[in-house]
Amino acid sequence: MKFSFSWLKTHLDTTASLTAITDALTMIGLELEGVEDRGAALAAFRIAHVIEAVQHPNADRLRMCRVDDGTKVYSVVCGAPNARTGMKGVFAAAGAFIPGTGITLKVGEIRGVKSEGMLLSMREMGLGEDHSGIVDLPEDAPVGTPYPVWAGMDDPIIDIAVTPNRGDALSVRGVARDLAAAGLGTLKPLVVPAIAGIGPSAVVWAIEMPEHCSWVLGRTVRGVKNGPSPQWLQDRLTSIGLRPINALVDVTNFFTIDLGRPLHVFDADKVQGGRLTFRPGAGESFRALNAKDYTARLTDCVIADAAGVQSLAGVIGGEATGCDEATTNVFIECALFNPVAVALTGRHHQIASDARSRFERGIDPALLPDATDLATAMIMALCGGTPSEVAAAGAEPAWQRTATLRFARLRDFGGLDVPADEAVSRLERLGFTLAARDGASVTVNVPSWRNDVAATSALEPDPAMDPAKATRAAAGREAMEPEADLVEEVLRLGGLDAVPAVSMPVTVPVPAPTLTARQSRNALARRIIAAAGYAESVTFSFMPTREAALFGPAPDSLRLLNPIAADLDQLRATPLATLAMAASRNAARGHADVNLFEIGPAFRADGQTVFAAGIRAGQTPRAWNAPAQSPDAMDAKADVWAVLAALGVPMEALTTTPDAPAHYHPGRSGTVRQGPKTVLATFGALHPSVIAALDLTGPAVAFEIDLNAIQEPKRKKKALPDLPAFQPVKRDFAFVVDAAVAADTLIRAARGAERTLISGVALFDVYEGDKMEAGRKSLAVEVTFQPREQTLTDAEIEAACAKVVAAVTKATGASLRG
Amino acid sequence: MTDDLAALIAETEAALAASADLRAWDAVRVAVMGKNGSLTNKLKELGKVSPEERRTRGAALNVVKDSITTAIEARRAALDAAALNARLAAERMDVTLPPRPAVNGLIHPISRTMEEMAAIFGAMGFAIAEGPDVEDDWRNFGALNIPAHHSAREDMDTFYLPAPDEGGRRRVMRTHTSPVQVRTMISQEPPIRVIVPGRTYRADHDATHSPMFHQVEGLAIDRGLTLGHLKGCLIDFLRIFFGISNLPVRFRSSYFPFTEPSMEVDIGWNRKTGELGGGGDWLEILGSGMVHPKVLANCGIDAREWQGFAFGMGIERVTMLKHGIPDLRPFYESDIRWLRHYGFNPLAAAMLHEGV
Repeated sequence: MKFSFSWLKTHLDTTASLTAITDALTMIGLELEGVEDRGAALAAFRIAHVIEAVQHPNADRLRMCRVDDGTKVYSVVCGAPNARTGMKGVFAAAGAFIPGTGITLKVGEIRGVKSEGMLLSMREMGLGEDHSGIVDLPEDAPVGTPYPVWAGMDDPIIDIAVTPNRGDALSVRGVARDLAAAGLGTLKPLVVPAIAGIGPSAVVWAIEMPEHCSWVLGRTVRGVKNGPSPQWLQDRLTSIGLRPINALVDVTNFFTIDLGRPLHVFDADKVQGGRLTFRPGAGESFRALNAKDYTARLTDCVIADAAGVQSLAGVIGGEATGCDEATTNVFIECALFNPVAVALTGRHHQIASDARSRFERGIDPALLPDATDLATAMIMALCGGTPSEVAAAGAEPAWQRTATLRFARLRDFGGLDVPADEAVSRLERLGFTLAARDGASVTVNVPSWRNDVAATSALEPDPAMDPAKATRAAAGREAMEPEADLVEEVLRLGGLDAVPAVSMPVTVPVPAPTLTARQSRNALARRIIAAAGYAESVTFSFMPTREAALFGPAPDSLRLLNPIAADLDQLRATPLATLAMAASRNAARGHADVNLFEIGPAFRADGQTVFAAGIRAGQTPRAWNAPAQSPDAMDAKADVWAVLAALGVPMEALTTTPDAPAHYHPGRSGTVRQGPKTVLATFGALHPSVIAALDLTGPAVAFEIDLNAIQEPKRKKKALPDLPAFQPVKRDFAFVVDAAVAADTLIRAARGAERTLISGVALFDVYEGDKMEAGRKSLAVEVTFQPREQTLTDAEIEAACAKVVAAVTKATGASLRG
Repeated sequence: MTDDLAALIAETEAALAASADLRAWDAVRVAVMGKNGSLTNKLKELGKVSPEERRTRGAALNVVKDSITTAIEARRAALDAAALNARLAAERMDVTLPPRPAVNGLIHPISRTMEEMAAIFGAMGFAIAEGPDVEDDWRNFGALNIPAHHSAREDMDTFYLPAPDEGGRRRVMRTHTSPVQVRTMISQEPPIRVIVPGRTYRADHDATHSPMFHQVEGLAIDRGLTLGHLKGCLIDFLRIFFGISNLPVRFRSSYFPFTEPSMEVDIGWNRKTGELGGGGDWLEILGSGMVHPKVLANCGIDAREWQGFAFGMGIERVTMLKHGIPDLRPFYESDIRWLRHYGFNPLAAAMLHEGV
């Protein structure tokens, strides 16, 4: 909200400086957005009399002037064509900064003549583009007066942000009251003239929507002469960016800002049927004062006459019944509307008016009679006329509330021990009045304009809550909320910087681990993957539906109703989807070789889980001692293995099957399970059609690990280490098997051949080629035998080897390679 | 020493000196000390002489044997050394060659900041709470005293998903991590100290706003926590996080539906240089306040017994300030050049004892 310093001073008796005022506004919660002080840059420029202007002896285009700025007479050389003897202009002496040129003036000599200053053009003052000549002021402009003072530009405009709870501060008077309460002056009394109305109003009210409009006053002023407002009123409005319309309308806009009390004026002669009714809209259209047409809904409260809708209540008035220069009988509307109803109507029709912003925050419900009289008086002062009696409908609602503050709560809740007298005094300066006080507490009456204090709004408790608990909690709220309101009022007026900071109380000397076991496992996964050479990404949770569908289901239930862009509408099934797009973007920038990973949400129709996903695109770096290589599916599997092992997954219990989701290459991908059902991870080469669809430049491999599927490792103590006293014996076996045999089957068979003796089986060679018959392959394993009681004899080793061959042959149909 | 022995020594030494490699050296050794070697033969002949002569001859031969043995071993060592030197010379490589390239992985600045927050707030006794990104409108709005008609609920601010949830509530992309506050207060009895870092979503997209961003929410509920503790907690955090022990921190009265009293928190900086600390300007950095009695009541907590505070701040915002990152949008673009520039070493985790 904007207002000028001088406007503020009409309500606030203060000697405080502008800076003191603006600093205080910010600290008490009326945050300063900006100060526009156009006069400040011009303060050194005075109105001056050009005593004489004569031709420069050495230059055709220059004049020598003698200039009097009220302090002394200067010699000035001037090039302006309009410089002439006797004129009034604006003078800048040496030392002044010229905003339009960015130069600080110096005493100089121009072609042999001394020049001690400058007569200014509008452009040089930074006030426009006019540079055709120097400023030519009227004859009566007072010599010696600073130009901005004479031009009415010495009045700084203050702009503040008003929070949604402070409807009362959307008025100059409300701001003045807060400043006075904070000790920056005294609030001037609001003088309300007595209006003696004569005769009934030409227009009367009817309320058919009392839940939207509870009370309305109105008055006809007959015989007015409308026209432009006086200069002071026009200046007030233009200073804050409002356009003066005519006196009657300007009066309503003035009180909207001055008292936060929106008013409306109807041309009484244009109102059909002499009655204005608050009623639901019925789908009728009307033209509003902003020259746009609106169609009123059943849920909108409109003001209608016999001809139809004339106004959207509390939001905007209508053109048909508006006041213009020809208006002679005016009807003033001063109403009280339901804030929520006004907000909903304004929002639906997308009308942001000064009236709406005040009504939707809630206006002072007790101010209606005074506001009606103040508006009447100003209209009579500006336009003449005779007032009628007040026409009313509805009644003043019961707004009266009390709130109690226990002084100890300032310390025990607010953290600052404010003396009781000071606390009470702050409340009183805000307009709270004393209802009762004892040594420990004070009960105050809440002023009518503070609908945010001790408000009674409905709770929205957890429906699943135990009823006894809910009742107790609701009682706690009732007891504590009004007091919290008062604590806030007392504290903010003194500035919250006054509250001493206290470090958090220490409950235990050394805190327990901050992360849960799952959280620290996820943190470890992040470090493991990054240590494997992946750069961590953070990509959006939403993505284009088409691309999302490449990586899994993209159900309607996970598509935003109101996406910000068409390509950010679908919640992703896996972070791999957005990572693959990121790899593609990098490739498009000439960086095709990237390893990216992300730990983030993967969305399902039935909930979300956390995936660690990674993609290796492009090649490894090319070097003199290491050729560039394209990662293969086994690299992705190694990444999965590194993470799962680090997270304590029992690796020997995992199975890998070639049934990964469809975004993987069907022959080069796998699914990793723990037990028959639990899928921990998938990995593999990306499907060529996915690569093509995403414009990835080459093959890429990827993995996805469902971190929520990983079970907490059993926290049992580690068993003692197995440290046999005897040397292990290693033997190599090369088996020829059918090409379709899974290596894992062979390894498991070998491992199981002699459980206690065999401590390890490592597959070290796979051969499929011309020395092998078609459809067969050779798998070579190294088997480690670990004796525990005594060194193995040759015969024992022979026997064990035979068992390995037998077990593998049985499981896979293998034969030993000759 | 007899002439023949002196000559043997001289001959052997000359032959050793002439031996250029181990093979030649071995031939010399065999020729002197071998089964039929010249010295061996002289020793064999010792038996043929008289006992008196044998004693003197024997003593002389022993001296000769020692001398020759020493000479042979010395030559062997010299040849070994020469051979090693020759091999080492042959094995010389160009040490200015580049080492085998390593691709270093990185931690994203957002994750790093979350880790730092966990470390600092963890030291103050806070745990980490988490919740889903898709919430219902009660937890995101209603429970937090943001009524149905509040403008924050409008389509222009909040992303909605189709079809209500099982409870009949509208599904929203959470606009803050505050719904996790609600979950925490409902699921656990006070005292509570949690921070909630996570993804948040708002229908806003321009140079300084992203439709997805990250927030950390803090909630502390106890008996006797005051606004002074809120201030202390935040000042302690901000000064450690930014590594400026005298960072100016300012608290201004403000309004949020879920707290009362509410405060905006500013830190001191220099608007022209962007430097934090001095400079005399203020930068708004987070919102905070004492938890509103209505919020406590909605979550089943009796405000007569328990009180506390909550705060929320943008993770990207403090990350940008801490590291001088000028733009918001690259946080989500995964541009490998940006990631390499601003990413963190995964092995240097954020730990208080190593410094955050």
